[in-house]
Amino acid sequence: MNPLKWPTIEPFYKLVIGENRKGQLNAIVKMVGLPLTGIFVFLLIWQGAASHIHTSLGQFPGPQQTYEQFVSLVDEAKASSLKEQAFYERQYVRNEKKLAANSEAEVKVRDYTGPPTFFDQIGRSLVTVISGFLLASLIAVPIGIVIGLSSNAYAAFNPIIQIFKPVSPLAWLPLVTMVVSAVYVTDDPMFDKAFLNSMFTVLLCCLWPTIINTAAGVATVTQDLKNVSQVLSLNWWTHVRKIVLPCSIPMMFTGLRISFGIAWMVLIAAEMLAQNPGLGKFVWDEFQNGSSDSLGRIMVAVVVIGIVGFILDRGMLMIQQAVSWDKSATLR
Amino acid sequence: MSAFKSSRRHFLKKTVLAVSTVMAFSSGAYVSSAYALGAPEKEELKFGFIKLTDMAPLAIAAENGYFEDEGLYVQLEAQANWKVLLDRVIDGQLDGAHMLAGQPIAATMGYGTKANIITPISMDLNGNAITVSNKTWAAMKPYVKMDGDKPVHPISASALKPVVQSYKDAGKSFKMGMVFPVSTHNYELRYWLAAGGLNPGFYAPDKGNTAGTLEADVLLSVTPPPQMPATMEAGTIEGYCVGEPWNQQAVFKGIGVPVISDNSIQKNNPEKVFGLREDFYEKYPNTTIRVVKAMIRAAYWLDAENNKNRPAAVKILSKSNYVGADYKVIANSMTGTFEYEKGDQRSEPDFNVFFRYNATYPYYSDAIWYMTQMRRWGQISEQKTDSWYKDMAKKVYRPDIYKQAVNELIADGKFKETDFPGVSESDGFRGVQNDFMDGVPYDGTKPNAYIDSMTIGLKGSTKL
Repeated sequence: MNPLKWPTIEPFYKLVIGENRKGQLNAIVKMVGLPLTGIFVFLLIWQGAASHIHTSLGQFPGPQQTYEQFVSLVDEAKASSLKEQAFYERQYVRNEKKLAANSEAEVKVRDYTGPPTFFDQIGRSLVTVISGFLLASLIAVPIGIVIGLSSNAYAAFNPIIQIFKPVSPLAWLPLVTMVVSAVYVTDDPMFDKAFLNSMFTVLLCCLWPTIINTAAGVATVTQDLKNVSQVLSLNWWTHVRKIVLPCSIPMMFTGLRISFGIAWMVLIAAEMLAQNPGLGKFVWDEFQNGSSDSLGRIMVAVVVIGIVGFILDRGMLMIQQAVSWDKSATLR
Repeated sequence: MSAFKSSRRHFLKKTVLAVSTVMAFSSGAYVSSAYALGAPEKEELKFGFIKLTDMAPLAIAAENGYFEDEGLYVQLEAQANWKVLLDRVIDGQLDGAHMLAGQPIAATMGYGTKANIITPISMDLNGNAITVSNKTWAAMKPYVKMDGDKPVHPISASALKPVVQSYKDAGKSFKMGMVFPVSTHNYELRYWLAAGGLNPGFYAPDKGNTAGTLEADVLLSVTPPPQMPATMEAGTIEGYCVGEPWNQQAVFKGIGVPVISDNSIQKNNPEKVFGLREDFYEKYPNTTIRVVKAMIRAAYWLDAENNKNRPAAVKILSKSNYVGADYKVIANSMTGTFEYEKGDQRSEPDFNVFFRYNATYPYYSDAIWYMTQMRRWGQISEQKTDSWYKDMAKKVYRPDIYKQAVNELIADGKFKETDFPGVSESDGFRGVQNDFMDGVPYDGTKPNAYIDSMTIGLKGSTKL
């Protein structure tokens, strides 16, 4: 492994081996010091502003209170896992008794019925957003390619895409809710309806940027490459696979990243309204609680939502770098 | 992760015999009932609730293990508002829920979303209050009778009348909030206003008016309970009628003053019920009876020995997954006192009643009272016969299920017959009630006569 290939490690490595020490120090300050300073200044401003905002639920939470609430959420999650254990133990004892009395009695282990912890809710949100996004991408990328390949198809569908693109998730949600409850009727549902509602809302909102950007990417395939394809008399499928897809990947991923960002934002709103357990519902429930800790807890959620969104975007960027043919292009 | 419900449920087979044998061995208390009441057909349940202290029987039944004692695994989930809650019960996302007494009746009648919802148990009595903003309180205080420096209770809405008049003179409308068109709060607020000579407005569903503001002196609008204090603080409404802890929250935040508790409007008025779909009961009768059993035990625990367990209950309710408000805010009303004007703490031992006075019994006459109010304010747009009221009440309120649960509890040895005075011989009517603030007597067997005895409101065959 060559440490010089890792941009984050490179200056440290060079510093250790003694190559251009001054330059490396500068690079390190820029890479680590400046962001830390930025965060520090932000925390100071936050603290200063928070101490001047008085709400009917007490003072607006500063970094300190937010951290305290984070700790209390962690403690709650720990307490809840103890309760969960006790729940399973009780079930175990009950089942043992059942079996002792009748070795043919049917025993089952049921899922824990307690409330989801904050961290469970983060997980739920991730599952929902990723399912919605993947489904949307499966639909949007092929449509984008087809539209991009033909300027006639583009002209035909562009107005529709442009009209639906700016529609708020909150407008879709009631429709999605009613359709899901009308269409998805089973006695033993595999998915919660609330989950489907928020997932489809996410899906509807993150189709459009992917379609548009994929189409635009496909349209950028240069005439040279098209000529190559014709000279080799590639069939349609090979043409798409070998020429069109590689060319359009940078634009396609731009679209996918915008979509994913939108998906994450939409999800929080959708969860609030669809009552799908997740970060959105957490925020809404805390707002409804109106206790003196509520604002602090909402602030924790805000920070977590931001960090998770950031990590998701970085993840997409890494995938984009991995699949892009032009490794020299700067992606940010 | 409950999004992907395990398919274990598929394998649930009827093992009534096996389970009852086990129960007979495992616990002496079960012996007598095990053969009478079979195992629950559906064991994993999800119930909804709104963040109000009167959801307590559900929280207690879960936390004290009463549901588990019945072999039920219950998940409780807070809902955003009453409409969402009802819709989710109707479309099966929830197996049952903490509901406003009017919701099952209205749903069965087809006012709003139509669905057959039944009520096998009433969850509590009282528990609401009417709060006005500081500004309104200052304006109405000169008209309130005083005893020394404290107002004489109950405060009549006649003290509010001049304030409303001054709004009218200034060309503004006086607005108040309630939680749902068919909520107890709507009818209580309307009762209080009308008893003080203010018209809260009529509904005319046939003409498409579902806002309930025709001919209104005071405009009422819907706000979800937890948002009441914030909405009043924002100045959108001047007052509201809501359950706890949202009145005490206003006192605590210093943004409003409760003026009357619903116990003073009508003594021991029925409040929340447990509602579930009729076909759920038909499909899972044992489950339903077991749910009712667990909830009766919870209600009993909540009221036992003069509210001895209330502080423990408040501690549970203040958890963020239940009501979530601060301990002291919830404790104010739940532990037998209620703070009106800041510092004016009064003893209200019956502010929340969960078990006493047969609070859990689903009386037909309670259902009919709500229907008389629906008629009075136009939600039932035309005259109905007395027998129509009675039939409708019998369709929704199900004391038959309740009585089975009671019998099971007595057979289990957990309760004595004397814990439920008069329940076994009750015909479902409370008899003539004379406990309203304006002194109008109510006889559940004669709804039309009662409707006609009201001063403000639709009467006889009047149609808007």
